[in-house]
Amino acid sequence: MRTGSLLRRIGFRLLAGVGVLWGAATLSFIALHVTAGDAALATVAGQGANPTEAVLRAVRHDYGLDQPIYVQYLRYLGRLVRGDLGQSYQQRIPVAKAIAEQLGPTVQLAVAAALVAVLLAVGVALLTARRRPWIGSLSSGVELVLTSTPTFVLGLLLLIVFSFKTRLLPVSGNQGLASLILPTFTLALPIAAVLAQVLRTELEEVLEQPFIVTVRSRGMRDVAVRVRHALRHSLVQVVTMSGYVIGSLLGGAVITETLFVRQGVGQLMLNGVTNKDIPMVLGIVVFASVVYVVVNLLVDIGYTVIDPRLVTR
Amino acid sequence: MSALAETAAAVPGTVARRVTLRPGRILAGLFLTAIVVAALVPALLAPQDPLAISTDGAFLHPGAAHLLGTDESGRDTLSRMIYGARPSLIMGLGATAIGVAGGTLLGLIAGLGNRITEGAVMRLIDVVLSVPELLLALVVITLLGTGVSNALFAVGFAAIPAYARIVRAQAHIVRRATYVEAAGTLGIRRVTVIWRHVLPNAVRPVLVLATIGIGGAIGAGASLSFLGLGAKPPAAEWGDMLSIGMQYISNDWLLAAIPGAAVTLTVLSVTVLGRELRRRSEGRTGR
Repeated sequence: MRTGSLLRRIGFRLLAGVGVLWGAATLSFIALHVTAGDAALATVAGQGANPTEAVLRAVRHDYGLDQPIYVQYLRYLGRLVRGDLGQSYQQRIPVAKAIAEQLGPTVQLAVAAALVAVLLAVGVALLTARRRPWIGSLSSGVELVLTSTPTFVLGLLLLIVFSFKTRLLPVSGNQGLASLILPTFTLALPIAAVLAQVLRTELEEVLEQPFIVTVRSRGMRDVAVRVRHALRHSLVQVVTMSGYVIGSLLGGAVITETLFVRQGVGQLMLNGVTNKDIPMVLGIVVFASVVYVVVNLLVDIGYTVIDPRLVTR
Repeated sequence: MSALAETAAAVPGTVARRVTLRPGRILAGLFLTAIVVAALVPALLAPQDPLAISTDGAFLHPGAAHLLGTDESGRDTLSRMIYGARPSLIMGLGATAIGVAGGTLLGLIAGLGNRITEGAVMRLIDVVLSVPELLLALVVITLLGTGVSNALFAVGFAAIPAYARIVRAQAHIVRRATYVEAAGTLGIRRVTVIWRHVLPNAVRPVLVLATIGIGGAIGAGASLSFLGLGAKPPAAEWGDMLSIGMQYISNDWLLAAIPGAAVTLTVLSVTVLGRELRRRSEGRTGR
């Protein structure tokens, strides 16, 4: 019974996820078509080149651009399913290949930032929930400032303090763990602040529940009450924010990579934007959409593990 | 950066209630007043022309002649900061207006339409929400080109889905309200009911959230300029000034820090006042 409803839940989520991806692919196809003008021209010609009509016709035929629109659409979907995100106008390489080459540093940064953000948020919330009023005010004040600080300003401040004033950490680069610290915190701190706000509110509510009083009356120490009982309940709220976290990580990566002169998908995206490389930009966006859907799906499965009520209900 | 993040962070009012101590609100109000005055009549406050190259020299430290020093070309930093208030406010207000208008339209269509329309609009919004706001803004800029007005449109466009969701949820509540049913029973035309009763009541909570969104839009606009996609040098714009200042960070870190502080304080002030507004509006509806 339990596994059955769990599978059904996952099945529904999977279906919804596929729907979102299909929508993203369709929008991307429309955008490519409406705006690209003549894709054949863009493929053959750099600026100033002047290919003959015969060449253009040949290219159109090669790329299937002379086919009816629904054939092109179906072919486009087919290529996406096979992991082909199209060809970059500017770099003349497959978009999927370009992403794969740049993925490593970005994943490293995003995973590190996600870990730091969650650990910081959980730590701060556990320490500050239902303490003396000034502790709560202080930490929510800090959180408010952090959430109001744009990523590029936060990174700049960290750079000034830790690289230029004290020379503790390197300014930029992809090498070594030390050069990962500042970008990680730049990306993680605003997310940690938002998560900590939500988590503390939730913890404070949970800590007033009758079952906490019961646990306390059995003589359990405060730390154990918070970590073993209250935290598990509160994490449900955090898990629902996974979408926000992923979005912040992906968007923040563009800014952070620029600021710290790191390689990565964010830089690839920005290059695509400045060069009007539409297939590259849309390819990365579709890829981001896939990441969003997949991670949310995984989180959703994790969610049912944290909160078994969802399944048995 | 997003109105969505704000709604997420806005789980019951306890956070906001404790964050904003009274002096904080007063300081935020004063700072924003100064920003608004600077945006309306910069010439009144600025000691010098923001683009004029002074003969005193470049990279001057703050002093009597130049209160915040001079930049890499010898321009007065304080004057440039003051002139930078207007593009920031225009970005914040303009982009939020686009987001709210677009979001209201989509939200009302979804919230008042039949099940098929609603399903279609909401699925579309789901799809767009699967792309982070900044990436969405970047797509718009790729399609339209760089520049101040395109950046403004991009930031506003990227905010539409989040507002649409809220309006649709409100429209759902309002359309079942007894006064709307009563108006329908009285035979008042549907368009009139929507315009006179549903729209104002569905949009009011969104406007409160939008005040906080203005701060986010200012930050997002500055981010785009920082990336080199919005305002271009030598414009007096905070994000662009910060990006230029980054290049000279080892000469003079203040050049980047000052515009950074201005953006942050503006966003912070807007957020503090916006949350206060939200707290009050929630108090009135008895939450």
